[in-house]
Amino acid sequence: MKLLVTVKRVIDYNVQIRVKADGSGVEKDNVKMSMNPPDENAVEEALRIKEAGKADEIIILSIGNDKAQETIRTGLAMGADRGIHIKTDNDLEPLAISKIISKVAEEEKPSVILMGKQAIDDDCNQTGQMTSALLNWPQATFASKIEIDGQNAIVTREIDEGLERIKVSIPFVASCDLRLNEPRYASLPNIMKAKKKPIDTKDASSLGINIEPRIEQIKVEEPPVRQKGIMVSDVAELVQKLKHEAKVI
Amino acid sequence: MTILVLAEHNNIDIKSSTLNTISAASQIDQDIHVLVTGYQCEELAKDISKCEKVSKVYLANNEKLKNPIAENIEPIVVSLANNYSHIMAPATTFGKNIFPRIAVKLDIAQVSDVIKIISSDTFMRPIYAGNAIATVKSNDNIKVVTVRPTSFDPVETSGGKEQVENISFDNDSGSVEFIDREESQSERPELSTARVVISGGRGLQNAENFKLLNEIADKLNAAVGASRAAVDAGYVSNDYQVGQTGKVVVPDLYIAVGISGAIQHLAGMKESKVIVAINKDEEAPIFNVADYGLNADLFEALPQLSSELDKLNTIQQ
Repeated sequence: MKLLVTVKRVIDYNVQIRVKADGSGVEKDNVKMSMNPPDENAVEEALRIKEAGKADEIIILSIGNDKAQETIRTGLAMGADRGIHIKTDNDLEPLAISKIISKVAEEEKPSVILMGKQAIDDDCNQTGQMTSALLNWPQATFASKIEIDGQNAIVTREIDEGLERIKVSIPFVASCDLRLNEPRYASLPNIMKAKKKPIDTKDASSLGINIEPRIEQIKVEEPPVRQKGIMVSDVAELVQKLKHEAKVI
Repeated sequence: MTILVLAEHNNIDIKSSTLNTISAASQIDQDIHVLVTGYQCEELAKDISKCEKVSKVYLANNEKLKNPIAENIEPIVVSLANNYSHIMAPATTFGKNIFPRIAVKLDIAQVSDVIKIISSDTFMRPIYAGNAIATVKSNDNIKVVTVRPTSFDPVETSGGKEQVENISFDNDSGSVEFIDREESQSERPELSTARVVISGGRGLQNAENFKLLNEIADKLNAAVGASRAAVDAGYVSNDYQVGQTGKVVVPDLYIAVGISGAIQHLAGMKESKVIVAINKDEEAPIFNVADYGLNADLFEALPQLSSELDKLNTIQQ
């Protein structure tokens, strides 16, 4: 069984982002970039499925500029077997991304596609569901537990009301929640080994897919700044302020 | 043109998110249709048809639709889509799960998690966990949009035309089987719609200490929330989580107890009307967004808060 994990290179989650003064976007130059956090959970889950003897190959796919190769290498250093890099210098929308993933999936024929439930840059939360619909494979979104059993999998999903379990048939698409697992760190020997693992690079324009953007970004701005309030000296003062000044209790 | 809203419900009650989404839709167009997919939910379909802005409710009533399986709901929406200028749903795990499928089947780029409607094709949405706000324009023929429920006041369920039309469903995908759902049970108001929320972080130190918050929550008729740190540490279950990867709350009063104020958490609560922070670390970033900060040990402050609230209630009576 083959597993395909898709990963996105994003601004590191610890970086306080800065909006560009001209409103054209956020500052990405000289900013630390990392693998999208829930994508790390997807890589980790694939490794665990393989370690349990239920899969024999893990492919890491990333779509982006040349630097996306670094993110693929991170996945390879964690333990994946090979990489596929679909090269584009444009920021693609989930619609185009899901078409590319589907195309790769048709060639590679994985049994499961795993990815993060959401990228922490555009916060769209669309790619997994779109890929599932395009391939006509079942989807298991916001997964916090994946149990593969023969030709099916039982997936626990994190929903607003609590938890839900569904049974899906293989092949399927899983979008991973942060609580699915604790991603491992790559060891130094594995980082060295990863440098020799193959990455197959193709240009996005060679795939025959329309990747033109459909949504126009008019502007990006800072959210309204919340004014810092006051410090109160004790609980009694706090309750008085809430009662008489803020009038919320 | 008309707008189609996909209703979120539990076969018994309408979820508030549906009324918030109808409200968002009414800012674009005054003619709104609502699609209800479910099982034995005629009554709630009728209730939705009582909304003033709703001229028609479509009801797909089938046992296979009892649970919201995305693969089953998607074709129903897609089959109706061409009659509409916009298709909208709440950006809850319900809407998020289904809508991108609809968008891709129509070959349309979805606009997710809209917090403000600028015009019929232009919307504002948070990116980078709310650390930036993007204004985007959709150039597709049909706009496929999910909206953040807390950004729009719910509509009333009165003054409507009360028209419900049944539509058929015969498209079970068969590839997904619902097993069960474990809903958190609570006597308190629901976290995402509560007027007062009190949340605890790692400062609470263990699950047992969350009782201190429960006691105050009961006095304020508040919902109890938690930071991701507290959830990851296993103090409370995941559905308590407020933040980028949890729930976004906009209560009148938000009380953060023993929460440092990571960006992750702020993304889920910084739109609250009044924020109170209680933390023993005076450098905690939560104080930068708090209207009222109290630099104190929560294990002393919470019992005091509890007794001060008792005094207040005694005076009022």
